[in-house]
Amino acid sequence: MSITKDEVIHVAKLARLKFTDEELEMYSHQLDNIIKYVDKLNELNTDDVEPTAHIVPISNVFREDEVMPSMDREKILMNAKEKEDGCFKVPKIIE
Amino acid sequence: MNYEAVIGLEVHAELLTKTKIFCSCTTEFGGEPNTHVCPVCLGLPGTLPVLNKKVVEYAVKAGLALNCEISKFSKMDRKNYFYPDLPKAYQISQYDLPLCKNGYVEIETSDGVKKKIGLTRIHIEEDAGKLMHENIDGSLVDYNRTGVPLIEIVSEPDMRTPEEAYLYLTKLKSVLEYSEVSDCKMQEGSLRVDTNVSVRPVGSNEFGTKIELKNLNSFKAVQRALEYEIKRQIKLIENGEKIVQETRRWNEQKGVTESMRSKEEAHDYRYFPEPDLVPIIVSDEWKEEIRKSLPEMPEHKKERFVSQYGIPEYDASIITSSKPLADFFEKCALEYSSAKTISNWIMGEMMRLLKDTGKEIDEVPIKPHQMASLLNLIDNGTITGSIAKTVFEEMFMTGKNPDDIVEEKGLKQLSNEDELREIAVKVIKDNPKSVEDYKNGKEKALGFLVGQMMKATKGKANPQLANKLLREELSK
Ligand SMILES: [Zn+2]
Repeated sequence: MSITKDEVIHVAKLARLKFTDEELEMYSHQLDNIIKYVDKLNELNTDDVEPTAHIVPISNVFREDEVMPSMDREKILMNAKEKEDGCFKVPKIIE
Repeated sequence: MNYEAVIGLEVHAELLTKTKIFCSCTTEFGGEPNTHVCPVCLGLPGTLPVLNKKVVEYAVKAGLALNCEISKFSKMDRKNYFYPDLPKAYQISQYDLPLCKNGYVEIETSDGVKKKIGLTRIHIEEDAGKLMHENIDGSLVDYNRTGVPLIEIVSEPDMRTPEEAYLYLTKLKSVLEYSEVSDCKMQEGSLRVDTNVSVRPVGSNEFGTKIELKNLNSFKAVQRALEYEIKRQIKLIENGEKIVQETRRWNEQKGVTESMRSKEEAHDYRYFPEPDLVPIIVSDEWKEEIRKSLPEMPEHKKERFVSQYGIPEYDASIITSSKPLADFFEKCALEYSSAKTISNWIMGEMMRLLKDTGKEIDEVPIKPHQMASLLNLIDNGTITGSIAKTVFEEMFMTGKNPDDIVEEKGLKQLSNEDELREIAVKVIKDNPKSVEDYKNGKEKALGFLVGQMMKATKGKANPQLANKLLREELSK
């Protein structure tokens, strides 16, 4: 295996995913296959190849610094599960 | 054993652009919650960020002002973490290819030693929203600040004392203000500071376990928190205890740092290149164009003030340490002929009142032409120098015109000879001891009598005239 079950559990936790034992088994296996497949690239000599920062070979796409109206708060909050005083309401954060 | 501290600082500064980093929402401070937001800064599906050109220009400007190398090629990356102030569940930042690197800030410690503090990097990123914790059953989120452009300035661990950290921050703030890329208002959150600190035996080249400090709301708080934390760490080591790497919060009221419990995977950000944004290439031509737009920096301004206005170097360094103060001085110098007098007023009364009231110079309502009027009132004999201080204080507090204050409060200088002579006679009568001293050759006694005349006239007596009349009466 090129990825351990503990690593899969860790990544799942970071992504807020919860699996059953069978799913863990299945995803570990699938991830292992993906990593092995990508590992094939290591067979290539890339010494003289620049790392790819972006797949499209363009750069410097900019916007001018001009203010445009923002969106109506009514609309902004339309999809919020909970709202209060013009704010999105989320479960309490304890620091 | 002697210990030394190893201190590094991370400073976040909001850039003074009109719009956010990836959308056209305004960056204006304040505003009703969630009124400066749009689908892009909320990260709604189907939207795409487009980089604000000014953000690149301002960051490069800051980099040049801070002696950095500017990267020809840089890119944006995603920093992944879940927190409700971050609507996309990732922050667009820069990871391995920041816009600027390898700069420095030069500081001068109180014993006159100059030291260069290295800057590892400056990168651009988006700010997060604001969480309000008032509710018992949940937190409220305002996303107005989400997407406001920031630069993060990371120093090398080059500072050895809390004083050096304080000086570094003061200098950094001054350079950012001078370059006009950030207004650096800590009270509005446009400048934020985190610091790392560890201790080690003097002479050691290894680093101790470092502690990150948060909740530092002023430069003085940074200094005090570091002082406390260094003592705490040395005590732990001397007691044979181990320092645990952690983030601690500065408690301003208690004057202590407190442990903040944080999740162990909090720092697993899984950065990867941002697929929605293309790389940034800063050509030499662009860089030079930005360099040309850089205003005069503090050192140059200081030297110019000394040579152009003939003020002492010390005064010039204090006045130029803050751009708004330097601007105030220079505007006054345009309105009034003696720059030295202006400098004296700034170094004296202005500094004293700023310190006493805790105000920043840009909160002071005095206009340069009002300052000039005040000085003219002294020159033409309308008010005395000591009354001028009273008037200045009133101007500082209210922004009123000096003429109006003098009028309203009846502060005009007393130059009526008959009136003053009457007071002189009374002062002489009331102070026989001083009169005797004066007659026995003690010149100082005259000063005391002049003081009594000032007191009797609430500082309004023309001092030269008071002096002259007293001498006349005493020689009778
Ligand atoms: Zn927006």
